[in-house]
Formats: sequence, C-alpha cells, structure tokens
Amino acid sequence: MTETPLPEALADIREEFLSVGEKERLTLLLEFAEELPDLPERYADHPDLLERVEECQAPVFLFTEIIDGIVHLHVTAPKEAPTTRGFASILVQGLEGLTPAEVLNVPDDYPQTIGLARAISPLRLRGMSALLARVKRQVRERNAA
Amino acid sequence: MTVTSDDSARFAEYAHPERLVSTEWLAEHLHDEGLVVVESDEDVLLYETGHIPGAVKIDWHLDLNDPVQRDYVDGEGFARLMGERGISRDSTVIIYGDKSNWWAAYALWVFTLFGHEDVRLLDGGRAKWEAEGREYTTEVPTRVKTDYPVVERQDEAIRAFKDDVLLHFGKPLIDVRSPEEYSGERTTAPAYPEESALRAGHIPTAVSVPWGRAAAEDGTFRSRAELEALYFDEAGIVPDDEVVAYCRIGERSSHTWFVLTHLLGLEKVRNYDGSWTEWGSAVRVPIVTGSEPGEDPRR
Repeated sequence: MTETPLPEALADIREEFLSVGEKERLTLLLEFAEELPDLPERYADHPDLLERVEECQAPVFLFTEIIDGIVHLHVTAPKEAPTTRGFASILVQGLEGLTPAEVLNVPDDYPQTIGLARAISPLRLRGMSALLARVKRQVRERNAA
Repeated sequence: MTVTSDDSARFAEYAHPERLVSTEWLAEHLHDEGLVVVESDEDVLLYETGHIPGAVKIDWHLDLNDPVQRDYVDGEGFARLMGERGISRDSTVIIYGDKSNWWAAYALWVFTLFGHEDVRLLDGGRAKWEAEGREYTTEVPTRVKTDYPVVERQDEAIRAFKDDVLLHFGKPLIDVRSPEEYSGERTTAPAYPEESALRAGHIPTAVSVPWGRAAAEDGTFRSRAELEALYFDEAGIVPDDEVVAYCRIGERSSHTWFVLTHLLGLEKVRNYDGSWTEWGSAVRVPIVTGSEPGEDPRR
C-alpha cells in the first residue's frame, strides 16, 4: 500500500491545529466555524439539492458538486452548532479545488489526526468523520454519473 | 451566604420551586454574592461564541466523565473541577444550556450525586435568554479558585445500574427516547447514531414518554397540570412510585429525572445512565420491540 500525501490545504490545517495548545485548538476551531461560507445564492432556493447529514448532532446539510473536474463542497449548519460548523469549514477549506480522486484519497481518519480528540472528545469528532464520509460518497456518485 | 429564591408565581405550583429561576430573576441577580452561573451544552464551542456574563463552562464529556472508565469523576475530580471554576460547597449554582436544558439537567444531576445542595436550572435555558435579547459576552471570567471539599459521590439514591434495573421489574420504568428508538426501528436518536447499541428496542414494561414532551416551545418546563397529565394520567405513574428513567446515555433522562423529582415531587426517581448503550449491548437481558411496553419478564 502506498501512502498518499495529504492534500496541501488539509496538511496546513493539521499543522495549524497541532502547533497550538489544546485550549487554543478550541479557539481555532471556533475561527473555522466563523469562516464557514454561506451557501452560494444559486443553491439558496434549492433545499432539495442538499443532503441531510444524519450523523451530525445538529441539522447539517451538505452538497458536493464537480465542475470541470474540480470538487466544490457546500455545507450549512446553524449558528447554534459551532462545533459542527467548525468541522464543515475545515473540510470546505481543506478540500476546495481538489480533483475527485484526490478527495477520495483523503485518509478517513484525518479528523482523528488534527489534535482535537482530547480538546473536544473522540465522540464528538465522529461528527467530522461522518461529514467526510458523506462528501466522499457524493463525490463517488457524481463521478460515476 | 444565601441567595434568595425566585418567587415567581409561575414556579410556585411546582413541588420544589426553588430549583428554578427565570431569565428575569437571573438578570437581576447576576452579581449576587455566592451565586455562580454555569453553562453546560451539548455543543462544546457554544459557550465560546457568547455566554451569560460571569458564567463558567462545564462540559459533560471533558469535565464530568471519567476519561478512562465509563463513570463520572470521583470526589477528588469533582472537587478539583469545582475549585477551578470558583465554586464553593455553599455556592448557589445556576445551570443553563442548549437544547431545552437537556445537558444542563444532566450537569445538575451530577452535582446532585455529590450532594451539592443549592443547584438550580435557568428555566428556558440558553434559547430563552437569547430570544429575549439579553446580554452575552465572550469574556471568560477569572474566578478566584476555591477549596471545594472532597465529597464521596452518593450514587444509590438517584442513580440506577443495570443490575438495579433487572430487580426493578414490577415498578415503573420510563423510556424517554424517541418513538423510533423505543420501538426498535433504530438504536440511536434521529441524528445521533454515533453511540450505538448492538440491539434495538426497549426494556420490558417501560412506558414511552419522550423527554421533550416535558418542555414547551420556548424551552421552559410545562405547567404542573400538563406534567401531571403526561406522567400521571398518560404514563400511569403515581406520586409515591419508585421510578427509573433511561435514554441512551443518561442525558435526556436527567431532564425527566429533574421533572419528576423537582417539579412533580417524586422522592424515589433514579436515572439509569448506562441506558440503552449498555442495555442494548448486554448479553441475555430481556428486550421488547414494537410500540407496546411488553410483559414483565419475571412472569
């Protein structure tokens, strides 16, 4: 098995988290939460396109699109769920601009490697794993279509 | 130092009105000496986005659970936590949180395991405070550390273990999960599949009263008459019953425990915190599927 290098943006995000102490990681996650972009206007009136992420504790919806061979991820989550918004924002920033193959190659355990297990608990981190799994599934489906 | 109770007329009808404070009352008493406000949420970052001025944060995962064994912190751990948060044994603790105080009630129940006497809930929790446009701050208070005594946790009165539940048949059990979890269509709450059990269904004879039915739209508790209709008339409980409530990990059932104990005045209510994540994975315990409570397995 060959080790695929982590896409640059995801590697940078991991480094950013690991370079600070556990308390600061929470602050950093909150900053990501605040950076989660709103849904592009063209999708605002199309709730039907969005897929509910059942595994997340908050009502979270995501939509993946592939334009000219590049993956774009859109996620909405309520402001009452900053942790989930933070997870989504990490993935939106970390996966933006990748090819479908690159997205599918992202290690499934990426969420467990960014130093958040102790800061927010392993249980909560599973929400991020669930998001990543949904994104990959959508990319796989859209790529095949 | 004693902080007064909230004497609002709407709490007077409850069995222990001193266990609740209103948002109006809290806004007026925020700076009372001897009062500490605690925020306890499901979302670990919500406090950081803004909280009631002066409030400290207690997280159920990170602060109240033992990090290794499936249990709560011990007396030393609790004393350390209280000390760090600037809470004294005689402090009046007002807890509030997200989701109709679901996690706040859980924290209150854990405080009760340690016999902390004056612990109350903010009726309506975070959502009501926010809806009323009351003050929030992101400033984390620096509280003077206290020397909280090491108190041994007393589980017997309000906490049930699996073996206690096996001996409880014949007395009321309340399942506070969603109807789908109760019937066995799923093992986890809608939107909460991450803590699953191997089998689905409910403990035989348990009646289904989803926890949220005790909360009104604005997150406050329903009136005493509504609560009596729900638990006495509908679920068939009588005031001197010994009751065990459970959910998936014991958080939603803490909310029900609070309602039965402090609002309706039942004296023998225990929360089975092992709940479905233990029962639904345990070997050879009886399980019933479907929407009916099912037969007493001793028969």
